[in-house]
Amino acid sequence: MSVANEAALAKGVRPGMALAAAYALAHTLRVKQRDPLSEAEALRALAAWAGQFTPNVTIEDGAGLLLEVSGSLKLFGGIAPILRALRAGMSELGFTAAIAAAVTARAAWWLARSGKETLAQHLDELPAKLAALPIDVLAWPGEALTTLQALGVNTLGEAMALPRDGFARRFGQRLLDQLDQARGRLADPRSYFVPPEQFRSRLELPAAVEQASALLFATRRLLVELGGYLRARTCGVQQFRLRLEHDDAPFTELVFNLVAPGHDEAHLALLARERFDQLVLRAPVYQITLEADTLVALAGASLTLFHDHYSTDTDWNKLVERLRARLGHAAVHGLTIVAEHRPEYAVRRAELTEPRKAPQRAVTSPVDRPLWLLTTPRPLVEVDAKPYLRGPLALVAGPERIESGWWDGHDVRRDYFIAQDIDRSLLWVYRDPAAAGWFLHGLFA
Amino acid sequence: MSDLAKLLEHPALWRGDALARVRSGSLPTGSDRLDRELPGGGWPTGALTEILLERHGIGELSLLLPALARLSAGGRWLTWIAPPHTPFAPHLATTGIDLRRLIVVQPTARTGQPCRVPRDDIALQDTLWSTEQTLRANLCGAVLAWLPQAAVNGRGARARTSAASVRYAALRRLQLAAERSETFIVLFRPAQAASEASPAALRLALNPASNGRLAVHILKRRGVAAEAPVILDLKRPHAVDRHYAPAPAAGSLPAQRLGSNVLN
Repeated sequence: MSVANEAALAKGVRPGMALAAAYALAHTLRVKQRDPLSEAEALRALAAWAGQFTPNVTIEDGAGLLLEVSGSLKLFGGIAPILRALRAGMSELGFTAAIAAAVTARAAWWLARSGKETLAQHLDELPAKLAALPIDVLAWPGEALTTLQALGVNTLGEAMALPRDGFARRFGQRLLDQLDQARGRLADPRSYFVPPEQFRSRLELPAAVEQASALLFATRRLLVELGGYLRARTCGVQQFRLRLEHDDAPFTELVFNLVAPGHDEAHLALLARERFDQLVLRAPVYQITLEADTLVALAGASLTLFHDHYSTDTDWNKLVERLRARLGHAAVHGLTIVAEHRPEYAVRRAELTEPRKAPQRAVTSPVDRPLWLLTTPRPLVEVDAKPYLRGPLALVAGPERIESGWWDGHDVRRDYFIAQDIDRSLLWVYRDPAAAGWFLHGLFA
Repeated sequence: MSDLAKLLEHPALWRGDALARVRSGSLPTGSDRLDRELPGGGWPTGALTEILLERHGIGELSLLLPALARLSAGGRWLTWIAPPHTPFAPHLATTGIDLRRLIVVQPTARTGQPCRVPRDDIALQDTLWSTEQTLRANLCGAVLAWLPQAAVNGRGARARTSAASVRYAALRRLQLAAERSETFIVLFRPAQAASEASPAALRLALNPASNGRLAVHILKRRGVAAEAPVILDLKRPHAVDRHYAPAPAAGSLPAQRLGSNVLN
């Protein structure tokens, strides 16, 4: 047994017990095998996330993280805000952490291992705080610990009081060096964790999820991780993908495209929520993977796309992304003019990020055009040589011949008229001599 | 006495015999005659405006264009939500709309996802939702939103009222969102909505009038009820202008009138 939850502890189960003994105390015990690979993966993910506090993160003994925060104290306003942010972040990520801070890395590590949240900001308070630690927090070889205990040495203070040369002879120079490193008497260099170039993190759900909306909680956890990772690298993502893995069906992939690179996990979670709201799962989900391959450096990359006196790009990006998350990417667009005689080709949807041509203010419309254009011209019947909609249409202006497009196979030859409907509203109709028919193409709104 | 005078100056208070003084901003409509009829002397901003029409394409855009062009010229953004047809960009540009600051939201474009509710309901819900989001963001000078219209295809078919009708609570949400913004927000709704209660600050019903003009019936405004419709000359196609006879005397108003002037 390495860890037990509260219910198990209440029944008398203790870490370190043999499994059989634990079962004897609590027969309903549910045992989960430790998975060293997942643990290592989680630790790497945490290291990447913790990069937002300092670039110097070390994974220690495969069981913890060391953050060298001395360079970040000024930025965060002291050690207390860092500890607070760490604690809050860890709990958002779903981890409980024993956090200790000390002036030397090894002392911090040992204090954290002891499980007491200790803060030792000065070198001279270290010996006292270390002295009280039991020697089994040291992760030393079992042999050394047994020998020490046989000598009646139970705390770190007692170990440090032993004669140095004798200690080195008996237990090796390495352990003596560690004692010195903890007290800041010896340099303690480490190699730092290098975060991966691409973000990929998965979360196994405690139980298979059948309702898409129930995925949000787990997804938010992954997004918090992504947020920390991105902040550590002062990057944003323009696209991220959520892969929902099902037990007996191919996975579902949700792709999120952002208008501008973003790293704010709250906003990303909002986008995910809009998507989940409409999603009907084809099978229960047991695992979620969040992937972001392409990172965009944030500094200098902010385009002044929407900026005006009243709003900022960020506001606009968030609105557009929100709308798109629910309605689909194509649902939000701009309009642009194409120099083209055929009306249906003269207006085109524009990507919001694409620079659009300035409207030709100076040029007035050479001819009369409607404000609404029907996406597909609507055929009209002909009664007494006149087009007929709700009643006969009176042609009040025209014809205007539009003949174009012979080069691309969509050639048109049409005679456009302005017609008056029976309710006196104005319509744009045309007669196609080839089809010998009338069509409604626009409304003078 | 001076206390009473002070009280009467309070913007939340209007007297039954006068148009309300409005605290929220207003936007000139481009027509003096219409401005005179509207509290604040123009289109309200920060409050819901409803425009009711039998069908699209009777001059409803021309009515709004002067105000939209003014916003556009001031660098403000325009958002059109669920327009019933393609806005013909080349002509829009000539009326002074800056296309670079126009965003079109098409809620009906949503495809692919399996749906639990009928499509019409989704389109309506999405339109209302998009409008509310856009208002809450408070980034636009104007938001125009087209709620589903009764079918206009000459077969006399009407949209299912259950799906097309908007609940009062939904409109109330939009009105509340509008109040927190500085946006000119117009909802286009079918003419039969005139009989339903609405929290909108301004409700207009539009009808085509003779010689390509537009009859604007003010169904509801803050202040006294409007007496007669305002007949407006719209900017019309040049070719049509030539075609029409000079405007007749103001006495010949259109015969049909829509709704009544009661406040609701």
